[in-house]
Amino acid sequence: MAEGIKDKVAILGMGCTRFGERWDVGGDDLMVEAFVECLEDAGIDKNDIEAAYVGTCYDEVNLGKAAVAHAEILKLPHVGVTRTENFCATAQEALRAATYAVASGAFDIVLALGVEKLKDTGFAGLPIGGGGAFPRLGGYNGSGPSSFAQLAPPYSTKYGIEMEKVKKAMAHISVKSHANGKMNPRAHLRFPITIEQVLNAPIIAHPLGLFDCCGVSDGAAAAIVTTPAIAKSLKPSQDVIKIKAIQISAANGEETLFSNWDGASLITTQVAAAKAYKEAGIKNPREEISMMEVHDCFSITELVIMEDLGISPPGGACEDIMSGFYDLDGKIPCQVDGGLKCFGHPIGASGLRMVYAVYEQLLERVPEERKVKNMRLGLTHNLGGEPARGVTSLGILGRD
Amino acid sequence: MAGICSYGGYVPRYRLNRGTIVQAMAWMNMAIMAHAQGEKAVANFDEDPITMAVAAGIDALKGIDRSTVEGVYFASTTMPYKERLNAGIIIPALNVKDQVRAADFGGGLKAGTTALLSALDGVEGGRINNIAVISADCRLAKTATNQEMIFGDAAAAFVVGDKDVIAEFKGSYSVTYDFCDHIRSNDADTDRQWEERWIRDMGYSQFIPEAINGLLDKHQLKIADFAKVIYPCNNRGARKDINKKLGISPEIEQSNLQAEIGDSGTSLPLVMLAQALEGAKPGDKLLVASYGSGVDALYFEVTENIQNKKGNLGISGYLAKKEDLGSYTKYLVWRDLVPADVGMRNEVADYTAFSMLWRRRKEILGLWGSRCTSCGTPQWPPQRICANPECGAVDKMEPYSFADKTGHIISFTGDMLAAGLNPPSLSGRIEFEGGGRNMFDFTDCTIEELFTGKAMTMTFRLRYNDKARNIIGYYWKATPLQEVS
Repeated sequence: MAEGIKDKVAILGMGCTRFGERWDVGGDDLMVEAFVECLEDAGIDKNDIEAAYVGTCYDEVNLGKAAVAHAEILKLPHVGVTRTENFCATAQEALRAATYAVASGAFDIVLALGVEKLKDTGFAGLPIGGGGAFPRLGGYNGSGPSSFAQLAPPYSTKYGIEMEKVKKAMAHISVKSHANGKMNPRAHLRFPITIEQVLNAPIIAHPLGLFDCCGVSDGAAAAIVTTPAIAKSLKPSQDVIKIKAIQISAANGEETLFSNWDGASLITTQVAAAKAYKEAGIKNPREEISMMEVHDCFSITELVIMEDLGISPPGGACEDIMSGFYDLDGKIPCQVDGGLKCFGHPIGASGLRMVYAVYEQLLERVPEERKVKNMRLGLTHNLGGEPARGVTSLGILGRD
Repeated sequence: MAGICSYGGYVPRYRLNRGTIVQAMAWMNMAIMAHAQGEKAVANFDEDPITMAVAAGIDALKGIDRSTVEGVYFASTTMPYKERLNAGIIIPALNVKDQVRAADFGGGLKAGTTALLSALDGVEGGRINNIAVISADCRLAKTATNQEMIFGDAAAAFVVGDKDVIAEFKGSYSVTYDFCDHIRSNDADTDRQWEERWIRDMGYSQFIPEAINGLLDKHQLKIADFAKVIYPCNNRGARKDINKKLGISPEIEQSNLQAEIGDSGTSLPLVMLAQALEGAKPGDKLLVASYGSGVDALYFEVTENIQNKKGNLGISGYLAKKEDLGSYTKYLVWRDLVPADVGMRNEVADYTAFSMLWRRRKEILGLWGSRCTSCGTPQWPPQRICANPECGAVDKMEPYSFADKTGHIISFTGDMLAAGLNPPSLSGRIEFEGGGRNMFDFTDCTIEELFTGKAMTMTFRLRYNDKARNIIGYYWKATPLQEVS
């Protein structure tokens, strides 16, 4: 029986760029920005890095395939550099690979970096394609928001909750994230919004309005991982930030082909959460998790995730959301840094940005106004692909 | 005895009120106001003669064992391909066997009746049986022309055979003339037409009577012997003249559907024939003539079997299923008559992998999935390993047709961001009755009509039109189920 990776790997340092429409910089600049901060934070020399995993999703508007460009840009010391790609879960996939490299004992110090330069496409939203030649012949015409918007009607039907009520809870989600994001200097969208603004915004994909959708931005984030023993020896006066669990689950066709998925949930999130809680030794997530950074690409996604993570009961997310349970001063603050909603979603970077948000809370490096009370365990949830054809990468971090 | 065993029709959902065109374009050509009555049927942005032919073909094949079909003849002057058999695209969509004789009939507007005659002759000769004869046209015209006012889009289909014939073929008479009243050369999108008065006097009013009189003389018949006389002349003056010359009374004159559909080219006489058959009684004699580069006149006698015909929508069913397009500019964009920007996101689309299309033609053009013979689970697209988590059998699949199944909406959206010509782009997940599910584009409906559980049926449509490479991709979409009374 495999024992998992709990407490075998520590995060030695992290870096995260300002996310936004970074017209003045390219993917290479963003990588350097996150990497330099990460190295400084880790307090090591670049030549100490023994292996690197870099995540980028859209090689068409980015740094190309493989990882040669990435190694060149960072001038890594002729070590193995591997590109990871798993749709929107790309960055957390880089962290998973780096974590396994350390946990296996193969290396002591490994870099995980995620980067995406999206604002070189020439249009708003994400590029299409990436599914191979078949979707061209036999697919459907939908953009990013389309498949996630489709969580809403079956959710409303399944629990008999009027769409109007679901939309109000969705609006609360976005208002909460903007309230958090406006305090974060690294966020892209730093302004508050109101429920009325959300509900009256132009429709992007029914029933999602503009403020139900996350932004599209450029950014990069990086982490250097090592063993807890090395972390302690290098930084004796600082808490060791340990990885308690990383679990990934990929949809297997049950959702898209077989008739037992209701369209109102994310099976991959349910599976990854159950495994991650087990790996981390969490019995009651609603009581034990201190904060969460989830994949809020759209407000409805965050809403169903709250149930699929086992935090809100089935059909109970709207009530929890409206009660302020997930607000910054609530029981489990969610999207404490502003989330994808306010950071935007540079695909290859977002997963590590979430980890950064938990990391800075665990080290209590944030100003009082956005500090999570009683911080102990942080959860990151990085979703890739579509609800029915995708992956969930779930991470849990803690300190001791 | 050879004859028509079944008939079907198709009229696109959208109708453009001719007053809408007048409002937009009469400033340029006041003469179009003479044609301002009624509406014209307009193909949706994802329709063309091939998809309309498939819809009419499916309508005609209701209740017919498709494995008995031995031929598919397609008539149109607006086929998308010059080389690539257009009927060949229709065959897998109709789910008839590959071992069929197929042909495209084009050129003049009488190609529809010529296809029908060829099928009848083949069956009568005993060489072939059960031929699906389908005609569809989707003709373009320059803006602010009478043609733009008059033309409409529609399709008709017949199954021609020698068993259970509902209208027996009794005879025909053809004339062919290189009469250049309107021509469309190889690279032209629209017709060049000579003066209407010349067409009226020297075209319609000459050739239609010549062919019909030829038929009457050949078979020793009088015009009054016919229950319906069907001919496709959209010129009101010429119609009056022809009716007078031939003695066609209003009771036996079959409507040319000018006010409801418009002149649908090769398909018009067949559309009119299909509608005439809806109201035909045993013993009725029907005379159908075409027009364009000459005339074919055919004569049928309706049999007792007409009383058993049921289950299809037919021309009248589709006429009732309509929606006013309401916008002339929408029509211009859908027909690619004005360049519209659907966004740069669309520019990166992949090209068509024809080797993949060939390999997967049954699933893409025929919507064939697979059913696990171990656990019975239908699945689309076809799988090697069963998707049922309790089963997982490997290579135990048999082909399973989804094109004829009703589905119900699990989820749906209207996407404003997708690159589409009719935003919001509607799509959703369908659960088929009996099992199997997939995400499809939705068409011929609005977001307001959609709800979870709504019954949907499958329709063959354009999936994409790759203008950079001149390739049209066809696939299936879901559309609200229309009950057949």
